Amino acid sequence: MKIEILGSGCAKCRTLEANVREAVKEMAIDVEIVKVDDFAEIAKRGVMVTPALVVDGKVLLNGKVPKVSKIKKLLAR
Amino acid sequence: MDPILAFADWLVYGIFGYEAGTHAGDALNFFVYDVIKIFVLLMTMIFLVSYIRTYITPEKARKFLGERTGIQYNLMAAMVGVVTPFCSCSSVPIFIGFVGAGVPLGVTFSFLITSPMVNEAAVAVLGGSIGWAATAVYVISGVLIGTFGGYIIGKLKLEHLVEDFVYKTFIGEGLDPETMAWQERRDWAWGETKDIVLKVWPYILIGVGVGAIFHGYAPEGIMAQYAGKDNLLAVPVAVGLGVPLYSNVMGLIPIAESLIGKGLPVGTALAFLMSVTALSLPELIILKKVLKPKLIMYFVAIVATGIIITGYVFNLIL
Repeated sequence: MKIEILGSGCAKCRTLEANVREAVKEMAIDVEIVKVDDFAEIAKRGVMVTPALVVDGKVLLNGKVPKVSKIKKLLAR
Repeated sequence: MDPILAFADWLVYGIFGYEAGTHAGDALNFFVYDVIKIFVLLMTMIFLVSYIRTYITPEKARKFLGERTGIQYNLMAAMVGVVTPFCSCSSVPIFIGFVGAGVPLGVTFSFLITSPMVNEAAVAVLGGSIGWAATAVYVISGVLIGTFGGYIIGKLKLEHLVEDFVYKTFIGEGLDPETMAWQERRDWAWGETKDIVLKVWPYILIGVGVGAIFHGYAPEGIMAQYAGKDNLLAVPVAVGLGVPLYSNVMGLIPIAESLIGKGLPVGTALAFLMSVTALSLPELIILKKVLKPKLIMYFVAIVATGIIITGYVFNLIL
């Protein structure tokens, strides 16, 4: 599984990244986490409001920072 | 009588025992009254607008605007700018998302100009401090400056001044927002309210504090004397001062309120606040990633002219 965190370094993006890392750690799954901060790359994924969470090329969330438990539910699907 | 004012009078003159009409009493009364009023309005407005916002995403706005040109689309884009969230970190992705998907450059600019200028938090703080008539003027001017500014940029055919990669970017579909339950919308709106209030409260307290000291201690009419309506330079100077000042506008609004109280014309004060929000240096630096410097200059010149005209017009009629 490849997780991408899209955002240009705002406070919310950092919180999202921290929450995702925490969720992944709790779930003990093997994933690759990549930060995408290039505007063109963000736009290419169809995202206009950051931060966003992309898993295997699919946009799961944008413009919000969910709690660790919610991220675990999203990733479990 | 206004219950918040009654409370402020009771607290400051009754409980704290300050005398009404003294410098310290007036300053403290102004502070208590403004802080309570602004925070009540701020939380209500942000919650309501955030709830509505769960229905209007930039993705939907983009589909709705389409590839059509005409001043009515500039107006619509500016109005979309009022209700969409704005943070300078999302202006560039939205710009690419719009232009890359075929929304005309001028229409996109209408959005880009109005969005930072008019938002619910600024409206709440303006309404709570300067008053609703001036707030209406601010909102309508913000929408009109965006509409005409974007229209002019569209007419000037400046598409070649956008960095090439924007046009070459393939734009994906993004997330479909239709699927949220109302509890999710409510939770999201509440989350936004908390986020924004937690971010702006120190600026508001400092702003109201400085405003209160000015209100209590500065001589009556001091601003009218130096920056009154007859001083035609005051509006452009106010706009010029607003560009490098990217302190949080929420803190500047209560200061502007106290300056108006000492005779600063409302049009000049509004022009200053518009310049702070619409023309900020960090924003312009971020825009450099997608716009060539010449287009940024056009953008600044057009918006600054619009704001200066607004300032003069409202000094004449208010």
